[in-house]
Amino acid sequence: MKDTLEALSTADKYIDLFRQNKKQISNGDPQFMKELREEAIHSFERTGFPLRKHELYKFTHLEPVFDGELSFQFTPRNIQFEDSDLFSCDVPMLDSNVLTVLNGFYYHPSGSLLNELDNGIIYGSLKEAIHRHPDLVARYLGKNASMQNETFVSLNTAFSQDGIFIYVPEGLQMEKPIQIIHLLLSDKNQMVHHRNLFVVEKNAKAEVIICDHTLSPQMFLTNSVTEAYTSENSDLDILRLQNEHNNSCQVTNTWISQDRASRCQHGTITLHGGMVRNNLHVRMDGEGASTSTLGLILTDKIQHVDSFTVIDHASPNCTSNQYYKGVLDDMSTGVFNGKIHVHPNAQKTEAFQTNNNILLSNTAKMHTKPQLEIYADDVKCSHGATIGQLDEDALFYLQSRGIPRDESRLMLMDAFANDVISRIRQPALQDRISELVGKRLRGELSRCNNCVMHCQD
Amino acid sequence: MNTNEVSYMLEIKDLKVNIEDKEILKGINLHVNAGEVHAIMGPNGSGKSTLASALAGRDYFDITHGKILYEGKDLTELAPEDRAREGIFLGFQYPVEIPGVSMVNFLRTAINSMRKYRNQEPLPAGEFLKLMREKKKIVEIDSDLTNRSVNEGFSGGEKKKNEIFQMALLDTRLAILDETDSGLDIDALRIVANGVNYLRSPENATIIITHYQRLLDYIVPDFVHVLYKGRIVKSGDKSLAKELEEHGYDWIKQEVDMDA
Ligand SMILES: Nc1ncnc2c1ncn2[C@@H]1O[C@H](COP(=O)(O)OP(=O)(O)O)[C@@H](O)[C@H]1O
Ligand SMILES: [Mg+2]
Repeated sequence: MKDTLEALSTADKYIDLFRQNKKQISNGDPQFMKELREEAIHSFERTGFPLRKHELYKFTHLEPVFDGELSFQFTPRNIQFEDSDLFSCDVPMLDSNVLTVLNGFYYHPSGSLLNELDNGIIYGSLKEAIHRHPDLVARYLGKNASMQNETFVSLNTAFSQDGIFIYVPEGLQMEKPIQIIHLLLSDKNQMVHHRNLFVVEKNAKAEVIICDHTLSPQMFLTNSVTEAYTSENSDLDILRLQNEHNNSCQVTNTWISQDRASRCQHGTITLHGGMVRNNLHVRMDGEGASTSTLGLILTDKIQHVDSFTVIDHASPNCTSNQYYKGVLDDMSTGVFNGKIHVHPNAQKTEAFQTNNNILLSNTAKMHTKPQLEIYADDVKCSHGATIGQLDEDALFYLQSRGIPRDESRLMLMDAFANDVISRIRQPALQDRISELVGKRLRGELSRCNNCVMHCQD
Repeated sequence: MNTNEVSYMLEIKDLKVNIEDKEILKGINLHVNAGEVHAIMGPNGSGKSTLASALAGRDYFDITHGKILYEGKDLTELAPEDRAREGIFLGFQYPVEIPGVSMVNFLRTAINSMRKYRNQEPLPAGEFLKLMREKKKIVEIDSDLTNRSVNEGFSGGEKKKNEIFQMALLDTRLAILDETDSGLDIDALRIVANGVNYLRSPENATIIITHYQRLLDYIVPDFVHVLYKGRIVKSGDKSLAKELEEHGYDWIKQEVDMDA
């Protein structure tokens, strides 16, 4: 009973908040956006927050966080900060086009809101794209990220105003990867919604790196949605690096739909973050699509990281490979809930899933739950999950060659993590991520400054 | 002469070891001088690997009694890595596969960590590669193996050669080779034996653990000891090995079991 009451009251707060600020939130929205927001808030009204006993949120109770003391920001604030101070870095930059999102709004101290190349490639602010290209955006926005029983997608759809839009027309390829940096910087505890939309047309190709960072010690609650559409025979790689401080909470909702023969890779590397819930849905709608999903979580202290994934095989002849790994120390907890759903028509599906975890302390906990729902008969599916410690025999072997125990442990952890990193499709990123993860495991990575991803000039 | 200061390289005094409350080593006495090769033989389950592990510092068992002195120092005080850095090398009966740790990274880390212990700078990359090339020749190890993960997918023979290769790289002074011969064909056996003989010197010592006499055709030991039920029940020179080859262990077992 108590749960229900609380669920009502927190949800009501958000409904009120939306109603009261609707004018500001939807300021300048075209009609389709206004309708989408209304639909979203209604759907949220119906769903409310997942209750404590909700099967899919059993280990990650988010409502109390949403009920915390948070400030909201409905217009962009032009905070001035010195890029070079924040992002000094001793490793050569990644050659990418950097797009910064500050507290949920596209940040552009100079330059244009939306880059529109002669060949038709578009990237930049989603808000601006909605204004300039309402028809294009309307074809995709909200079409993929379901609001049916999806509290966090509904909330985001109602509240989010900006984020990054990427559009790659047929047959084209972006010259450089796009690097999206989500920055959080405030003098108050704050809630942030942002939204990304990536559309990759037929035979086109895009690479996106997303970095989530906190720049000030306040408590941040982020609820983000990323939608991606890959058309026939296209390639899309998304790699997300989460490096928020341990007093933050992050809910990400990533929805990818894949058309015929498209190839997609999605990776999530969680380096830091207090409470993190990553929802990933990949739906293969066209025959012969393939997807690779990678996850690596490194947790300590009282961090909590929950990876929830659904791989939907909705067409025949599709392949999915999933590698999720975790290294958990201290009192930290991890969750892996991996569902593979093979639809009745999805014959010749090949779906593989592994989730391997190492607990470094006897107070760290990992919950892992593979779920295979297979409704076709001619399929190859397998899954495996392990939770263990570092291999004592291997440790002793290294020590017996003069390598100190601590260093031996790091070597084994590095090796364990690199099993995921080595599967990243862009070799240029592998080294960088590997170095970053190495630093994290050595306890040398605390914030953006130590990050090897670069970021700003 | 001060008789209390006999300078054995290794001195094991009445060593008793328990695994989970079961006594596995029941009072081992052994001394090894620099320049010597000792063979320890004995049937399966006698405690040979346990003895080797105790020397290298594995800690899944308890030393309940006795002492292990290495160059006069109490070895049991040292962590496994420091024993290695003092020159003790254990060639494993079952070398572990370590997926994801490359041989090159492993060997460079090991060598540099030894150097650090001796206050030496890390070995420059060029010199490291040269050293690898040089030592590979001793055991005729395939170049390709060093590009792989440690022992991963190595054949039985390759794993054993890899142990000898490491022994050569790591400035070993006391080598303990635990059944390095088991599972080897004659060619591999000869290569492993050549490696051991190559490194034999007046400053170094070797303890070869085996339960066949075969290896001793290639590496001639100065002493042969028979370990049975946790005790050294017989010691002799290389002729003891021949005797064991001809008559098996039964006569020794009978002698011991009759006494008990
Ligand atoms: N990790 C272990 N746990 C329990 N018993 C062990 C363990 N290792 C060895 N033993 C026991 O100790 C005895 C000696 O084993 P070991 O030293 O391997 O003999 P050997 O090398 O001479 O064949 C055997 O009875 C074996 O079962
Ligand atoms: Mg043995």
